[in-house]
Amino acid sequence: MELFVQLMINGLIVGSLYGVVAMCFVLVYKSTQVVNFAQGEFLLVGAWTCLSLLTYFELPFWLGFLVTLAFMTVFGILLQALVLRPLIGESAISVVMVTVGLAIFFQAALNMIFGSFAKPFPQVFSQETIEIFGLQIETAYLMSIVPSIIIMVAFYIFFKRSRWGLAMRATAYDQQVAQSLGISVKNVFAMAWAISAVVSGVAGIVLGMVNTVSNGLAFIGIKVFPATIVGGLDSIVGAVIGGLIIGVLENMAEFVDGQFLHFGNLYAIAPFYILIIFLMVKPYGLFGTKDIERL
Amino acid sequence: MTVSNPRPCGDFRTDYAGDTRLFSDRAHTGGFFCLLALALVVPFVFDGYVVSLMILIGIYGIAALGLNILVGFTGQISLGQAAFFGFGAFSSAWLNTNTGIPVMITILLAGIMTTAVGMIFGIPAARIKGLYLAIATLAAQFILEDFYARAEWFTGGSAGSLAETPELFGFVFDSDQRYYYLVLFWVCVSFLLASNLMRSRDGRAFIAVRDHYLSAEVMGINLTKYRILSFGISSFFAGIGGALMGHYLGYVSAESFTIFFSVLFLAMIIIGGLGSIAGTLLGTAFIVLLPQFMEFLVGLLSGPVPFLLDVQPYIKEMAIGSAIIIFLIFEPEGLIHRWRLIRAYWRLYPFSY
Repeated sequence: MELFVQLMINGLIVGSLYGVVAMCFVLVYKSTQVVNFAQGEFLLVGAWTCLSLLTYFELPFWLGFLVTLAFMTVFGILLQALVLRPLIGESAISVVMVTVGLAIFFQAALNMIFGSFAKPFPQVFSQETIEIFGLQIETAYLMSIVPSIIIMVAFYIFFKRSRWGLAMRATAYDQQVAQSLGISVKNVFAMAWAISAVVSGVAGIVLGMVNTVSNGLAFIGIKVFPATIVGGLDSIVGAVIGGLIIGVLENMAEFVDGQFLHFGNLYAIAPFYILIIFLMVKPYGLFGTKDIERL
Repeated sequence: MTVSNPRPCGDFRTDYAGDTRLFSDRAHTGGFFCLLALALVVPFVFDGYVVSLMILIGIYGIAALGLNILVGFTGQISLGQAAFFGFGAFSSAWLNTNTGIPVMITILLAGIMTTAVGMIFGIPAARIKGLYLAIATLAAQFILEDFYARAEWFTGGSAGSLAETPELFGFVFDSDQRYYYLVLFWVCVSFLLASNLMRSRDGRAFIAVRDHYLSAEVMGINLTKYRILSFGISSFFAGIGGALMGHYLGYVSAESFTIFFSVLFLAMIIIGGLGSIAGTLLGTAFIVLLPQFMEFLVGLLSGPVPFLLDVQPYIKEMAIGSAIIIFLIFEPEGLIHRWRLIRAYWRLYPFSY
């Protein structure tokens, strides 16, 4: 029983990270209609940039972190302007393939620059195990849930309260109407990619600090698909909830697998079975809006 | 996704039969048979290296052709072609070792078995399309990959399974030169089948589904049937290609049919030209030869920059990633479009039209 609760908590913690990355994914999809297969590589770029700033240039953590944020902003905007803007209005296959191409390119480029071995982050926060309500929780994991919550709250405030958030919501709702109201759709697109890159970068840094930095981190970019389909491809709240569900589900699958089935890697594949079931039964997820087409 | 086919001025089609002919004119027929004759003499002229590359182009070409029918003609996105390719390889090897059916027949049977699997995984396509379907096929890819690693009775698990060399009336296809003809035979069969499919009622239904699925449905085309059928046909070619690959290598490994491989198939048809039968082969040749070209380039530059030799595999991957992006931005209709422009230009040279 204790193991069960422990896995549940682990699931929620990992799930909150999935939720954050899924949120970025949905943000880009909602405002630019691009399904970003390179989301996982954004995490990698952020993590490797921060790591090399800390170890190679020996910057203090806060400075390295800020420089990484600035770098990711520029990275997102440049990517949007150079690669994705020419493809606005193209068919789904082109848009999918261009992000797949980006994923391959960055995966290989990062492998080339940083090597294929995992590297640990320098110790920034002390790693110890604390007890909360009788459960053993590593502080590193707690450290990872705090940024997730901060990011989620920031998203909420940004979209509800700020002028730019309003502009982005308007663009997501209807591009032409937004444009006729004087919103620069071009800037909104650039901003969506910039936010997505920055937040993914932060998630990458957090994951890198909890585990180590290696190209395996990009697997988060694949886990995002089950999370967003469960939540609904165009719902930001859905992405968070979907992420949590997938995180918990993975750990539950590991529990069931370890206790009864002994398949070995059920936890890695279970989210995809859920994905297929959801697509067959409820293709627009829990919170997604249904597409209605007219002739 | 419309592929324009520039025809010179004055090239009129006066009846329907003329418009759907397999070879549009005498030059087209001649060109085809010249190419076939050239392909037949390749093993006598070139050494084993060139022949092995040609075999790869042929095998991948068959699977990519299937994917082009699915993606280019029917407009369904699939990120799982490598998984179906692998299923063909495993089922042919499995049938041959467990039932003793000769390899020449198991290749065809593997195609049929893969068709069934493809149709099962195509069922989500009945309800969803576009990006959602892409994600569903991504899941199919991971589920099948996991199945290969786990189903030891079928695939040999992590050890992989052995595939025998095919034999026909005592003639063993045991060298690259001999195997080449087997692959060439299947390439011809596949490409003729596909070209004829596109001239048929079903082929036109696929194109209608791609161009506007709602209008197609209003015209009485059964969307569910044609979407699943398209998955089936696509998987058939993938299965044939996979079976040929398995018997060529003599060994099928569970780890080789990754998502990256699926993406390579998509890259082939995008670079070749979506919705073009001949373009498929061009794109496949491009993707097979690009790493070879990068190797050559690295070899040239390794004198002044020896560092490049260590990172050669990454350079090849980067080249493929950038080729996809560059083609999508600058030549979204693929190599075949370039070729058509060149042909149209020279047909009426020196006049422009």
